[in-house]
Formats: sequence, C-alpha cells, structure tokens
Amino acid sequence: MKIAVCIKQVPDTEARLRVAKDGRWIDEEDVPFTINESDEVALEAALQIAEKQGGEVIAFSLGPERVREALRKALALGAGRAVHLRHEAFAGGDALATGRALASAIRREECDLVITGSQSDDNGFGATGTVVAGMLAWPHAWLVMGVEVEEGGRTLKVTREMESGLSEVFRLTVPAVLEVQAGLNHPRYASLKGIMSAKKKEIAELSPADLGLIESEVGLAGSRLEVLSVGFPEAAAGAQILSGDGAASELVSKLKNEARVI
Amino acid sequence: MAKVCAVLQQREGKIHRMAWETVAAAQQLAALSGEKATAVLLGSGVAGLANEVAGCDLESVRVIDHPLLADYTPGGYVAALAGLIALEPPETLLFPHTYQTIEYLPRLAVAAGAGIIPEGLSFEPDGAGGTIWKRPVLGGKLHARVRAKGTGPTLVSLQSGAFSADSRTAGQAAIVAVGIDLATAASWREILGVEQMGGETVDLSKAEIIVAIGRGIGGADKMGPVEELARLLKADIGASRPVIDSGWLPRDRQIGSSGQTVSPKLYLAFGISGAIQHLVGMKGSTCIVAVNKDAGAPIFKIANYGIVGDLHEVIPAMVAALKED
Ligand SMILES: Cc1cc2nc3c(=O)[nH]c(=O)nc-3n(C[C@H](O)[C@H](O)[C@H](O)COP(=O)(O)OP(=O)(O)OC[C@H]3O[C@@H](n4cnc5c(N)ncnc54)[C@H](O)[C@@H]3O)c2cc1C
Ligand SMILES: Nc1ncnc2c1ncn2[C@@H]1O[C@H](COP(=O)(O)O)[C@@H](O)[C@H]1O
Repeated sequence: MKIAVCIKQVPDTEARLRVAKDGRWIDEEDVPFTINESDEVALEAALQIAEKQGGEVIAFSLGPERVREALRKALALGAGRAVHLRHEAFAGGDALATGRALASAIRREECDLVITGSQSDDNGFGATGTVVAGMLAWPHAWLVMGVEVEEGGRTLKVTREMESGLSEVFRLTVPAVLEVQAGLNHPRYASLKGIMSAKKKEIAELSPADLGLIESEVGLAGSRLEVLSVGFPEAAAGAQILSGDGAASELVSKLKNEARVI
Repeated sequence: MAKVCAVLQQREGKIHRMAWETVAAAQQLAALSGEKATAVLLGSGVAGLANEVAGCDLESVRVIDHPLLADYTPGGYVAALAGLIALEPPETLLFPHTYQTIEYLPRLAVAAGAGIIPEGLSFEPDGAGGTIWKRPVLGGKLHARVRAKGTGPTLVSLQSGAFSADSRTAGQAAIVAVGIDLATAASWREILGVEQMGGETVDLSKAEIIVAIGRGIGGADKMGPVEELARLLKADIGASRPVIDSGWLPRDRQIGSSGQTVSPKLYLAFGISGAIQHLVGMKGSTCIVAVNKDAGAPIFKIANYGIVGDLHEVIPAMVAALKED
C-alpha cells in the first residue's frame, strides 16, 4: 500500500506563549516546535500498516522552513520520502485552504490511504483531514481508535470514538482517509540507524504552482476564516492563587475551613 | 428558510442535549437582525422529535425524513444537508460541536462551498453586518476572535456549554417536510456495530472528591504520593486523556468529553493544563483546585484555588499537612 501521512509542526505544549506584535497570532520566536501529537500517532499507524502489508509511507507537511525538521524526523522514524509544501502563499490557511493544498499534493502520488491526525494542537480545527477526504472524494473517518486492514488492503475495519466511552465499528473501502486519535498506538522512537538513513532520503519541495493551484486558492487568501486577534482568556472571579513555601498547607487549611470540602 | 439555521443532532429517539444549546444560540444570533431562526432535523421516522422542536420560537422546523438517514453516516448527512443548502442557502448554520458533527461538517463545507468556524464559544456583531466568533486555540491557552470571509454560507460548531439550553425561548413553529433526493448518496461506510471502549467499571460520577492527574505527573512510577493523598482524602483517582493513552492508568479513569463527566464537591487537578475536552468533563465540580507549574495554564481560569508549582513538591507537602492534624 502507498500511504500518505499528513504531519503538522506545532508549538510544544509546554512552550511559553506570547501574543505577536500584530495581535493576530503568537510570537514564534524562541518557541520550540514539535510534531503534533496525533500526527505522530498517524505516522506510527502508517508505518505499522506498511510493515505488515508491504508498501511505502510518504510524509506531507505544509509550513515554513522549520517544518523540514519535522519531516526529517518522520524520515528517521521510517517514512520513505517526504513532501514539503513550502511557499509564502501557503501561510495562514484555514482547514479548507490547507486541506485543498494537501489534497492536491497527495493526488499526484496516487496513494491508497491517507492518514492524518484528528486535530492540531495549535489551530485545533479538527477539520483538515476531512477536507482532504472531501476534496479527493474518498471515504473517511474521524477520531479513529482502531484500524484493521482486510482483504489484502481492499477494505478497512475501522473503530471510531464516540462520546462517553462508546465507539462505532464500520468498514470502509480503499482509497480512504483515516484521521487518527491519540491513544491508537504508542509511537516508536527513532533509532540511530534511522536517523543516519534519513539524511539520504529525499524531501521534495512544492509550491502552489507545482500543485496547479493559484495563490488565491491557498493560505490566508484561499481561506474562509480570518483571525482578527488572539488573547489570553479572562480568569473566573474568585480564583485564589497561593504561593510560597507554605502554599500546600495553606491550601489544606483553606479546603477545610474556608471551602469546607474536606 | 431563515438566515440562521440550527442543525440538530438526534440518536435513538432523543434530541442531543447540545442540540438545544444550538437552538438557543441560533435564536440569539437571528435576533441580532430582528429575525427568527430555522431548525433542521435529519433522521428516519422523526415526526415526534420534530413536534418537540416545534415548541421553540423558530421560523420553522425543516425535517429531512429518509430511511437512508436512520443511522448517521457522513455520506447521508452531507448529501441531505448539501441538498438543503442548495435549495435556499442560509447565511449561517450552527451545529453542536459533537464528535458526530465534526466528523462530517468539513465535508459538508467542501460540498456546499461553505466556510468553517469550529468550536465557537460566543459571538458579537462586527458592526458591518458580520459576526465575530470567539474560539479556543493552542489547547485553550488563547482565545482567537475570528470572522468568516469570502462568499457562501458559514458552518459554525458550538462548544459544549457555550450557550445555555435553558435560555431558548418557547413558541409554536411550523413543521416543513423537505424532500431531498438521496438516491445517489454514498454512505461511504458499512456500519458493523457500537461498542463500549475498554469496559467502564469505575463510576466516578458519584465521587465526592477526585484527585486527578495529567501528563505533568511524568510517568506511572510517580503515582505513590498521589495514591497516598487520595487515601487520606478518601478520594477517587481520575486522569486526563494523555495519562490513559500512555497506559499509566486504565481507560475507565479518564475524565472529559471522551471519558466520564464528574461533579464532585472537590476536584484537585495536578499537572493538567485544562484543555476544553477535559474541562467539559469536570467543570461542574463545586470546588476546583489546580496545581500546575505553568501560571498561564488555562485550568487556573476555572479554579477556585491554585498553586503555581511542582506537583512533586506540592503533593507530599499536602500529605504532610493532612497527617499533621
Ligand atoms: C476529540 C478529542 C477528545 C478528547 N477527549 C479528552 C478527554 O476526554 N479527556 C481529556 O483529558 N482530554 C481529552 N482530549 C485531549 C485534550 O485535548 C488535551 O490534549 C488533554 O486534556 C491534555 O492533557 P493534560 O492536561 O494532562 O496534558 P498537557 O496539556 O500536556 O498538560 C500538562 C500540564 O502539566 C503541567 N506540568 C508538567 N510538569 C509539571 C509538574 N512537575 N508540576 C506541575 N505541573 C506540571 C504543564 O505545565 C502542563 O500544563 C481530547 C482531544 C480530542 C481531540
Ligand atoms: N500544515 C499542515 N501540514 C500537514 N498536515 C496538516 C497541516 N495542518 C493540518 N494537518 C493535518 O490535519 C490534521 C487536523 O488538523 P486541524 O484541522 O488543524 O485540527 C492534523 O492532525 C494534521 O494531520
């Protein structure tokens, strides 16, 4: 099977965030970036399927120069090739614009399966993989918690998470798009051998023109959503922040005598 | 059809709790331009449910009743709603931000040429006839003010609890059957069944005190002090999703939108950042305590008491203080 994996690079969840000068997004300077959590799970799922069924895994990422590092890591983990959608015009895209670009790049490769994460840790649209499926007109499933390849790769038995601990099981025909949820598997670590061999693997770079798209179809220009500003949410009234050496014992005494809950 | 539509969710003869919140939000959004909203109901044999919805103050309840819609499938739902939008495009369609809706909504956007605003928390008019929505980004650490641009309808999903279901106003709405040809609709999936994930054995919904841990605990081997604190407080132990996904605790300890919903009188969150999917499962707790080394963690925004610090120091210190008396 030829499997495309979509990988987004996002700010590390532990990063200290500051609002950028223009007020529209965070200031990315000094922010450490990592591969989005569910995208690592997507890559692991793809590698496991390719190992079992035979085939190739191609990692796709749309983003600026720094994204090469994420793709390099995907190659070290076992992806055979990487495709970097890299152009100023791609910046600031919503799920529709980013999904359109990714779908165009994936279409060139004639893949059998696309695996993405369920949700990015930064934009959190929960939508880009489904947009890719819509643009390719392939079946899809969101919040995938189980995949079994059947009939030598012609169909997939998929478990999708529902609310409150329930899940739905159904069958899809290939080609299809699976948007996997954290917890599906435990992603592997890169081996030294993997890291060395990644250096020799190819990272192709594509612009909108390479994809047959005009610049107004991608990035912010091709989006239906614009961010006007970002800011820190207000605190609920009455939150008491305790500090200093005695904070823990002060907390215990407040829970006893003030809140009266213990 | 009105400019503002609420698309409802139902399953097994019941309107989803969040669909009533969607109705309330649609009424409020439509009221900005002095109008009423339309509600849309999909399913098979849903006349009874339509009557229930018609008791709200709405322009009408549009019902797409079709055997193909008996079970939810993305193919059936996208075809039905894209057909409805094509007949008479509304400006804004509101949806409950449920796992079911989010699965098909982006695909509907592609089919209907619509924009997507996921996880709306609140709205305000932009003064030029448009609407500005607030939505969480970066795990809820920041809120973004966003607006739809370009042409075509906008699909907005509403975060659980963002609008109060009780604020919806009653009325008497007409029920209008809408015929959409679904003959060529692909279901895209063959449903095999519904299962319980990982078997729920622990019921945390009745717990009085919950000691909850998040990824900040750092590993299953660090649980000792947490268990001791729980013992002293006679508390149950709960966790955020990454703790479960990492295999540090069994799945029946998960709290949040994919796990259990709890409302103890005391909820202590250690090393939990406070992502919305966690908050929806515990924000009904009477007293919330947050211990986190990051002062900017969103969990502090809903806490009653907080300590900015290392949980590996705070927990043993709490244990010592509890033992003292
Ligand atoms: C569809 C969907 C469903 C989901 N369902 C759920 C769900 O049901 N329940 C759920 O919880 N999540 C759920 N999630 C995941 C959710 O989005 C968050 O990723 C998750 O809640 C984060 O868990 P966390 O706070 O433990 O980890 P993180 O966000 O990584 O936060 C860890 C926190 O620990 C703090 N920390 C680290 N070390 C220490 C220390 N030594 N002392 C003190 N603090 C420390 C850090 O500052 C940080 O704030 C879902 C996500 C999706 C997309
Ligand atoms: N810029 C991107 N490059 C590659 N994949 C992406 C990108 N943005 C989103 N994705 C994929 O789409 C999924 C959902 O992202 P989102 O819709 O932003 O929540 C992610 O988990 C990724 O797999």
